[in-house]
Amino acid sequence: MIASAFEYHKPDTVDGVVSLLSKWGDDARVIAGGHSLIPVMKQRMTDISHLIDLGGIAELKGISIDGDKINIGAMTTQHELIASEALAKAAPLIREASLQIADPQVRYLGTIGGNVANGDPANDMPGLMQTLDATYYLTGPGGSREVKARDFYEAAYFTAREDEEILTAISFAKPSGGFAYEKQKRKIGDYATAAAGVMITIEGGKCKAASVALTNLSDTPVYCAAAVDALVGSSLDDATIKTAVKAAVDASDPVADTRGPVDFKKHVAGVIVKKAITSAVARA
Amino acid sequence: MGKTHLKMTVNGKEVELLTEPRQLLIHVLREDLNLTGAHIGCESSHCGACTVDMNGMSIKSCTVFAAQAQDAEITTIEGLGSSDGLHVLQEMFKEHHGLQCGYCTPGMITRAHRLLQENSNPTEEEVRFGISGNLCRCTGYQNIVKAILAAAAKMNEVKESA
Ligand SMILES: Cc1cc2nc3c(=O)[nH]c(=O)nc-3n(C[C@H](O)[C@H](O)[C@H](O)COP(=O)(O)OP(=O)(O)OC[C@H]3O[C@@H](n4cnc5c(N)ncnc54)[C@H](O)[C@@H]3O)c2cc1C
Ligand code: FES
Ligand code: FES
Repeated sequence: MIASAFEYHKPDTVDGVVSLLSKWGDDARVIAGGHSLIPVMKQRMTDISHLIDLGGIAELKGISIDGDKINIGAMTTQHELIASEALAKAAPLIREASLQIADPQVRYLGTIGGNVANGDPANDMPGLMQTLDATYYLTGPGGSREVKARDFYEAAYFTAREDEEILTAISFAKPSGGFAYEKQKRKIGDYATAAAGVMITIEGGKCKAASVALTNLSDTPVYCAAAVDALVGSSLDDATIKTAVKAAVDASDPVADTRGPVDFKKHVAGVIVKKAITSAVARA
Repeated sequence: MGKTHLKMTVNGKEVELLTEPRQLLIHVLREDLNLTGAHIGCESSHCGACTVDMNGMSIKSCTVFAAQAQDAEITTIEGLGSSDGLHVLQEMFKEHHGLQCGYCTPGMITRAHRLLQENSNPTEEEVRFGISGNLCRCTGYQNIVKAILAAAAKMNEVKESA
């Protein structure tokens, strides 16, 4: 399985990438870790004549924690996210979720930017970023702009990113309270049958803030506003959790595939969301 | 869309060759450099038979373009031991029956090598999780895990007595 021929470019600045993208438009594509893109190119499911490698741009790499704000460069790998003790302390949810992505070899190369920009509903980081209410930074010919993770995904492989733009970084506020990323998969290295990210803060016995988002249960990640509404202000009793779980399952819209029929996926979604909420509450 | 000069350091030796950017690293290693230790199992990023070490990372060389390996430091199974002197991991795979058909073994051992560089004293669970990107159709993994744990212990003994 060999990809069609392409010209390879490796600029060392973001501006360099943007000018190449502007020149070739749809015929060009950026490559990060390549672990979503190369398999597709090998199957010749996409036609790319100019491949632009982001691997030479130092400013796209690294994790910085500045007070309450965490900033992660697009080219930071999943392996680096897991290895960072500072990040594990500031936002342990990232390590918990990253360890459930793919396998060690894939995580050495796969990047956070590629995972969130890809637009594949099966990727875990988009749902994770919606849980964290992260902001994506995009740079294109017209300059830079910000888009919330919760507004970024339009449909499978369609996102708010324009063809000439790249994602440079992700940032989010340092999370507090309890958290969980739960994923049901058939084996290590498999995408989710259903996965959910949850964050809960409790104050004076009541849920003060919450966040719930789903992975691979629709053609985009799903932020579950109705489930959050059910949780916030409650004492997180069993009946409330049941209502929130139902709201999350109602917000899902899975399709039947090799991971199972729709009813099965909705059932698994319910189990996973309940597990994630319960575990986040226990850690809050 | 012509060929490019690809320069790499493979098993400590500098190599230079002409190849297309789209060529996969596994094919460069096996066909251009005649290093046929790393195998092609699935050719679709799943089995880990093609695992080699690139710049200190275990990677699936069926999912890396030649162009991305420019200036890389690569170690393949051929770089870990030789027929007159086996690497500790190879010794332990032999002793603990960590292989049957041997198809997964080069990938398994190169992966285990990197794992032990990062974690010299892993638990059984850490070994199992660490090799979860490598499939074996023969052994049931039990003896592979034993072999890796035994190699870790041996390597630590050598370090202590040094
Ligand atoms: C065996 C296997 C199992 C896997 N399992 C999982 C899993 O369980 N969960 C999961 O989430 N993922 C999984 N993946 C996918 C893996 O995490 C990918 O690495 C990730 O989805 C993409 O990151 P990448 O850096 O490899 O991106 P690439 O493959 O290089 O790029 C993916 C897409 O995003 C675009 N892109 C990349 N970076 C940018 C950027 N900075 N700005 C704009 N566009 C960009 C590319 O043009 C391309 O279209 C798996 C992959 C494999 C091979
Ligand atoms: S041949 Fe590369 S992962 Fe199977
Ligand atoms: S020994 Fe045969 S595949 Fe592992």
